[in-house]
Amino acid sequence: MTEGDASSLSGASRPRLPRGVRLKHDDIRNEWLLLAPERVLKTNAIAVEILKRCTGEKSLDAIVDDLASTFTAERSRVDNDVRALLTELATKRLVDL
Amino acid sequence: MNAADPSRPVGLLAELTHRCPLGCPYCSNPLELDPRQHELDTASWKRVFSEAAAVGILQLHLSGGEPASRRDLVELVAHGAKLGLYSNLITSGIGLTQMLVSKLAEAGLDHVQLSIQDSEPRSADHIAGYKGAFARKLEAASFVTEAGLPLTVNAVIHRANVRRAGAMVELAVRLGARRVEIAHTQYYGWGAKNRGLLMPSREEAEAAIGEVEALKTSLSGTIVIDHVAPDYHARYPKPCMSGWARRTLNVTPSGKVLPCHAAELIPGLEFWNVADHSLDEIWNHSPAFNAFRGDDWMREPCRSCSRKTIDFGGCRCQAFMLTGEARNADPVCHLSPHHHVVETILAEARDDTHPPQPYAYRRLRPSTAVRRERLDISAD
Ligand code: SF4
Ligand code: SF4
Repeated sequence: MTEGDASSLSGASRPRLPRGVRLKHDDIRNEWLLLAPERVLKTNAIAVEILKRCTGEKSLDAIVDDLASTFTAERSRVDNDVRALLTELATKRLVDL
Repeated sequence: MNAADPSRPVGLLAELTHRCPLGCPYCSNPLELDPRQHELDTASWKRVFSEAAAVGILQLHLSGGEPASRRDLVELVAHGAKLGLYSNLITSGIGLTQMLVSKLAEAGLDHVQLSIQDSEPRSADHIAGYKGAFARKLEAASFVTEAGLPLTVNAVIHRANVRRAGAMVELAVRLGARRVEIAHTQYYGWGAKNRGLLMPSREEAEAAIGEVEALKTSLSGTIVIDHVAPDYHARYPKPCMSGWARRTLNVTPSGKVLPCHAAELIPGLEFWNVADHSLDEIWNHSPAFNAFRGDDWMREPCRSCSRKTIDFGGCRCQAFMLTGEARNADPVCHLSPHHHVVETILAEARDDTHPPQPYAYRRLRPSTAVRRERLDISAD
């Protein structure tokens, strides 16, 4: 995926984890995992916060606003992080946009 | 970024039954199939799933045989969901009704893997040894997608369908699959028995690999293609099972726990049964699991090879089958002193002068099959 793809994502799209992709806290290993067909992905703290908000209800823009204010972070940086992650996961069909 | 805590398994392959209406000649089940009367009962499987969750298993693969041959399938799926396990149904599609699929979805099933034998209906039915199988699989795919469940299509590649590897990917897209697995045949169990009829020539295999790799790019974002290339043609072996007893457990219909589905063909290994031990004990202490952990067991050339942490010396079962000793390097490796065995097999695959022979279809032994039919009727 190129940068162009990430920035061409519409801010109005409502990302969600499709059925068959689940974010889970594994109490035994004490870490967050994204469970998907034949895959178990370790998920870092930033990705967890993004993915928790991908419920299909909020728009991408609203998710970025929310994260930027919750973590008092620069909006443009958050925007980049969110787009990069969602673009990567969409290519793997792990998130629907 | 795959999770890898080698001290705990992540996947459990639960072979709920060996009963299956199809007879795929490459089936990975052992030649000696468990008859129905030896299958674990519902309560035992539920206990195994609970023990699996406690030992750290994240994904539960419900397989067989055909798992829909089990009448308690919905109950088992519901139990897995209650435990928070990610459940994956690996099915031939035969026996999946619309009603059953919607009940499975309601019970919390996460994902369905449906096998197809070919993109050509007649060839597909011939490979499965079951008339009308192809049509029923297409129907099963629609039940799955209509129920809102994510679908993966699995296709095993061999001589009879190798020219249609790309067409099978396209069929998967039409069926609404989000993911497709294109796996070249591995020669264990029934696959080993039928090897002469299944192995494609190097040219055919390479053409299929090229076709599928090209589709990976052109279909990116539409469907995810997981491609298992044929290891006989490779320079290095595959990291079989990501290393022996490092990530997964396999429970047979009668409750024997194996580090991999083909492990029983290695003589002298002691497998434990869930009837006698907990999964935790088996994972940590069963002799079969400890037999090839780490690298103390390795011989040369693996022992001093820098790739031993990458491919773990390849597949123990293949090493045994082709060299007679499971501790040898997988002879697929070009560094193996037994590599000529693989080259001989490949040379034979190019020789098409043999008259075509019928497949040895995967079946329960005739006497067992008759008994099974009677049991089916009386249990209704
Ligand atoms: S590979 Fe074929 S015969 Fe074997 S269990 Fe699967 S569908 Fe049945
Ligand atoms: S010698 Fe052994 S460890 Fe080295 S590449 Fe070959 S199989 Fe792998």
